[in-house]
Amino acid sequence: MIDSALIGAALWPALVNGLTMGAIYALIALGLTLIYGVLHIINFAHGSLLMVALYAVLVLFERLGIDPYAALVVVVPGMFGIGYVLQRFVINPARHGRDENTLLVTLGLSIVIENLASHFFKTDTRQIETAYTFMMVDLAGAVISMPRLLAFAGALASCLALAVLMRSTDLGRAIRAVAREAQGARVVGIDVDHVFAMSFAIGLACLGAAACFLLPTYYVSPQVGHGFVLIAFTVVVLGGMGSFTGSLVGGLLVGVIESLGGLLLGESLGQIGVFVIFIVILLFRPAGLFGQRT
Amino acid sequence: MHTPAPIGRTPAAADAPPAVVHLLGGTRRSIRLLGLIGMALACAPLVVRSEFHLTFMTLALYSTLLGSAWNILGGFGGQYSFGHAVFFGLGAYTGAILQVHAGLPAWTGLLAGSAIGGAAGAALGAISFRYGLRGSYFALVTLAMAEVFRIIANSVPFTGAGVGMMIELRSGPADLQFESRQGYYYFALALALVALAVSSWVRHSRFGAALAAVRDNEDAARALGIDATRIKVAATALSGSLMAAGGVFYLQYFHYIDPMLVFGPAVSVEALLGPIVGGLGTVLGPLIGAFALALVSQVATQALGQAPALSMALYGVILIVMVTFLPRGLGRLRLRRGRHA
Repeated sequence: MIDSALIGAALWPALVNGLTMGAIYALIALGLTLIYGVLHIINFAHGSLLMVALYAVLVLFERLGIDPYAALVVVVPGMFGIGYVLQRFVINPARHGRDENTLLVTLGLSIVIENLASHFFKTDTRQIETAYTFMMVDLAGAVISMPRLLAFAGALASCLALAVLMRSTDLGRAIRAVAREAQGARVVGIDVDHVFAMSFAIGLACLGAAACFLLPTYYVSPQVGHGFVLIAFTVVVLGGMGSFTGSLVGGLLVGVIESLGGLLLGESLGQIGVFVIFIVILLFRPAGLFGQRT
Repeated sequence: MHTPAPIGRTPAAADAPPAVVHLLGGTRRSIRLLGLIGMALACAPLVVRSEFHLTFMTLALYSTLLGSAWNILGGFGGQYSFGHAVFFGLGAYTGAILQVHAGLPAWTGLLAGSAIGGAAGAALGAISFRYGLRGSYFALVTLAMAEVFRIIANSVPFTGAGVGMMIELRSGPADLQFESRQGYYYFALALALVALAVSSWVRHSRFGAALAAVRDNEDAARALGIDATRIKVAATALSGSLMAAGGVFYLQYFHYIDPMLVFGPAVSVEALLGPIVGGLGTVLGPLIGAFALALVSQVATQALGQAPALSMALYGVILIVMVTFLPRGLGRLRLRRGRHA
């Protein structure tokens, strides 16, 4: 039996741990919710594309000795480019006006990406070790590694940057216009296909940033996306599809739930908590906590 | 609202080409065609002597079973499940638990597994459709369900947790294990024919007409007095029950299961790929798709060597190419070409 006093003592560290992981979830989910909000498609390959970004960070570090944080300037634009091309030349042509087709094509993409990765990188998990990997910070009793704290700050900063982009640039305005009413946007002269591809690209750029912040304290394997894709969907569904604030709050919430679930139910069964929330939210409040009912 | 694309529209629809109506429609023709295919497949072992080819056909028929199961809900019903592994795994684990822990013969596992698969389908359908889940949301919930069951199977003791379960080797028809390749071939054929017969029934029955109506326009179907939720729940139950039988076959064939093998995403993908390649919402689509895919993966194995990851990647490419260029599937392509030629 687990002592309740012991749980009490572990509660605060678990909370801090959950919040730092949750910020990363929020960033990943932000990309997903942007894509959903604008294109109304569920990007099933989101987890696999995160895995691609993680491997990019790994390879840059191992082969060229580029620090994961410095890799931001390469990986973020790289993912952006991949996203633009994928949406424009693979996903869009398959749509034929049916959401189900997009779902199937992104599922196909994730199968291709994942299996190519396990062919070329083999299936073992890999980590990187930097000078600051084991640097620890004490936050009122909760000892947490420096990279995790940086990840927390970096993820929140990225969310903020995205919010500014959406609010006060022409591109952001165009994206919001297309999200609201694609036909109308087309009529006033917005290149809708371009905006679709840009939105998808920005969504993947979020993954690039998440990968750079994640790898110093995490690992990468061809299957690493699996865990993240369902968690990202849970965050998005919890926060409301297409809602930015929702993603941020949802991400932090899911991080905490996962961390507490692991503490109370054990590592293996603890993962269930997130999925149960996911299913329950989908059933009872599909619009999420912050979304509007359609 | 967008108008539904012509994928899987009933051949009775006005714009369907007549050739399709004749070959895929018509109850009596359809039964006769299925009978012919069944007889040809039953005679195949007399001609096909090599173990290699017989194994190939056995696995293609097993894949037909999974595809037909998925097609009943996904093709005829238009509800795409990304987590059909949940039924497959329930069937496989039911069979294994009955044999290993209760010492019962395998055929009880087949019956109980199918029953549990059907019940799980009814339950999943009831909670999903009662709350109006559709499209992407339904796909996500099924996926999450499969994950939940995978984690449970990985965590509780009576499923052997991560180690998995192995059944005793006991040859004999009552144990559904066979010494010869032929035995497994006929076992797979019997299951595939049942699945095809059920598909044919769905396609031509009143129930199937209601299901197609719900798929094409749920609001209109409701206005006509169709209980859409009940129809979809019934389709999920039927689909789940056949899928669970597939899980039992897997168990009897490979004698070993673990959570990732039977609740993992690979099974769900195999189930949906066949019908999409062969023709969604048609009786023979899953059969055509399964054999086409088995052929492709065989050729890929020969060309690329033993690289399972690469042939799986190829499956992904096929899925993308099919959805992009041939959303109506191979089966319809052939027939339409035939009409114009």
